[in-house]
Amino acid sequence: MTAQRIGRAGRAGQYAALLAYLVFLAFPFLWLISTAFKPPRELGSLHPTWIPEDPTLANFRQAFDEQPLLRAAGNSLVAALAAALVAVVIATPMAYVMARNRGRLTTAATGWVVVSQAFPFVLVIIPLFLILKNFHLINTLSGLIMVYVVWSLPFALWMLVGYVRAVPRELEEAAAVDGAGRLRTLVSVTAPLLAPGIVATALFAFITAWNEFFFALVLLKTPEKQTLPVVLTHFLGAEGVADLGPLAAAAFLATIPSLVIFAIIQKRITGGMLAGAVKS
Amino acid sequence: MGVRKPRSRALTAAVAALVLLVTGCSGGQARDDGTIRLRFQSLAWQKESVDANKELVEEWNAAHPDIQVEYVQGSWDSVHDQLLTSFEGGEAPDIIHDASDDLADFAYGGRLADLSELLPERLRSDIPEQSWESTTFGDGIHGVPFLQEPRVLIANKKILESSGVRVPTAEKPWSWAEFRQVTKDLTARMGEGKYGIAWPLKEPVSVTLNLGLSAGGRLFHMGDDGKVTIDFTEGDSVVPGTIHDQVDVDGSASRSTLGMGGSDSLPGFFGGKYAMVPLGFSYRQQIVQQAPEGFEWTVLPAPAGAGGPLQGVSPQTLSVSEDSAHKKEAVQFIDFMLRPPNMVRLAKGDWMLPTGIQALKDPALHTQKDGWATGAALAADLRPAPAQSVRGYPEWKDKVATPAYQEYYSGAIDEDELRKRLVEDGNLVLARYQR
Repeated sequence: MTAQRIGRAGRAGQYAALLAYLVFLAFPFLWLISTAFKPPRELGSLHPTWIPEDPTLANFRQAFDEQPLLRAAGNSLVAALAAALVAVVIATPMAYVMARNRGRLTTAATGWVVVSQAFPFVLVIIPLFLILKNFHLINTLSGLIMVYVVWSLPFALWMLVGYVRAVPRELEEAAAVDGAGRLRTLVSVTAPLLAPGIVATALFAFITAWNEFFFALVLLKTPEKQTLPVVLTHFLGAEGVADLGPLAAAAFLATIPSLVIFAIIQKRITGGMLAGAVKS
Repeated sequence: MGVRKPRSRALTAAVAALVLLVTGCSGGQARDDGTIRLRFQSLAWQKESVDANKELVEEWNAAHPDIQVEYVQGSWDSVHDQLLTSFEGGEAPDIIHDASDDLADFAYGGRLADLSELLPERLRSDIPEQSWESTTFGDGIHGVPFLQEPRVLIANKKILESSGVRVPTAEKPWSWAEFRQVTKDLTARMGEGKYGIAWPLKEPVSVTLNLGLSAGGRLFHMGDDGKVTIDFTEGDSVVPGTIHDQVDVDGSASRSTLGMGGSDSLPGFFGGKYAMVPLGFSYRQQIVQQAPEGFEWTVLPAPAGAGGPLQGVSPQTLSVSEDSAHKKEAVQFIDFMLRPPNMVRLAKGDWMLPTGIQALKDPALHTQKDGWATGAALAADLRPAPAQSVRGYPEWKDKVATPAYQEYYSGAIDEDELRKRLVEDGNLVLARYQR
């Protein structure tokens, strides 16, 4: 009985902790949504409310009037999709090799992948800028995509190595016994089981590129090429002053693609992971 | 287990579409028709200001088919890093909008053109010498100062008028001692939980140094050998001492706003929690937008001390990249942008004051509405912000002065400790830059 009570109390505590964490995670986003629909006078209120008292779409209109949000979103979408696609195409075979062949080279490569995560943006931006300039890739989305691919590759690789290792080697051996060659095994046996991992990795690369600001700021010069995070900063003035309403409206819109994509594929990620884990 | 072909085809199609999009978005070749093309990176961000800048660029382009200017939007938030990398890569814009306190490293590093020989006499003589000092580094002029804003006291009109205190004017501002007494009186009248003043001091250094000029504070002193050292004199202690006493002795300044930016303090101001807030002149636009219906406010000059109503400013500037192949044309464009009527348009768009003598005479900048007249009356007393041209100032500001002032204002350290940190630690920092 006492153990049952403790169990219930523990479960209640777990739910409370989970709820607190969810509130913590959701607070900035909910506040952003609330701000996006508030008129300027409510933004300056001493007693702000969660639900706008006089909701308005004026911030959205102003944001679209003042900045080329659609064009910037299009640029971001192209850069993020291309970066995600190229990153997984490159990372998948690499991850397979690193997961299946354990040797000194693999250990060194894994170490290098981990170390490369430690380089800050500012350390690489000037050499990158000069290299891209020599290849006439400054102020092009192609150049930016290359940078995004290189930047997301180490972590993508790291993620995929974990997914490949989770696929039982026995399945590949069984396929080999049935007469399948290496390539056939990889394509028909391993790849389908890796699909959730590839999707998760692509999602990571997409969101990283979609949100990235500094490389885009430095590498893209003309307004026609600028991506959404760069355009969002145009609502910021000197000394931290911001045009808060339009900024919140534009930022809210900028988060929607990531949310939608995640909502669509999250079930597939978890479902796929389970399917890969159990041998039927 | 077989690979599903429709999905494969869809993937191939998606890749092809993406490749087309990417290549379609790649940079095109510049036309070589003899037309000079300049890139102007503007940091204008408020709608009126962006509109004014774009309109002026369009007017220039219409009148100068052989010198076409492309408007490029930059951001105050990231301009330093963005320019740094652009200069290193030789891809900087031809005409650069920035602020004078951000130019020192670029100017001394040879990234910004010396405009001394390029500026037309009309522009040179239209801008007062004290403004040119803010963009003079070594022997060269590396930017044209064109907009500036004094720090003013934005006051709740009803509270101020009902209190019976003397209302200061640009001609007869409060002394620092009188200001302290006024905030005490206002606090006493307003009741518990309310304050005569709120100091939003998230960035305490520039506010303290700029206002400190009025009390004779200089902090940075240049020796005969040309080296700059820091000394904390009696004049340097007046402004920080007043703020410290208001917060920690009198309780007439809100402690909670010390870590806030200017915008963060506005809800409390609108809600009647604070009678006054010291803010940059351009904050008036936010106040007009956000103030509740019927809220009455007024603009007062900042207090004055032994140095008179002087205060430091870091004007917005237009510079030309040293790498620009068309410096002469770039300066022609700057001259056009800063003709008196155009300077007025830019000033009104940014809710700031023009540096130009002719522009400042414009009647639109002398109306009582929204406090324009008070600001315009202060223009003659604006000086270059102290230390903005001192090498090592950014590091001193971030590593030494900001934490020292923040701790002093919150009451964590006393004036002796503040002096010790600013001077001893500060001189060590400056010495590294002046070897």
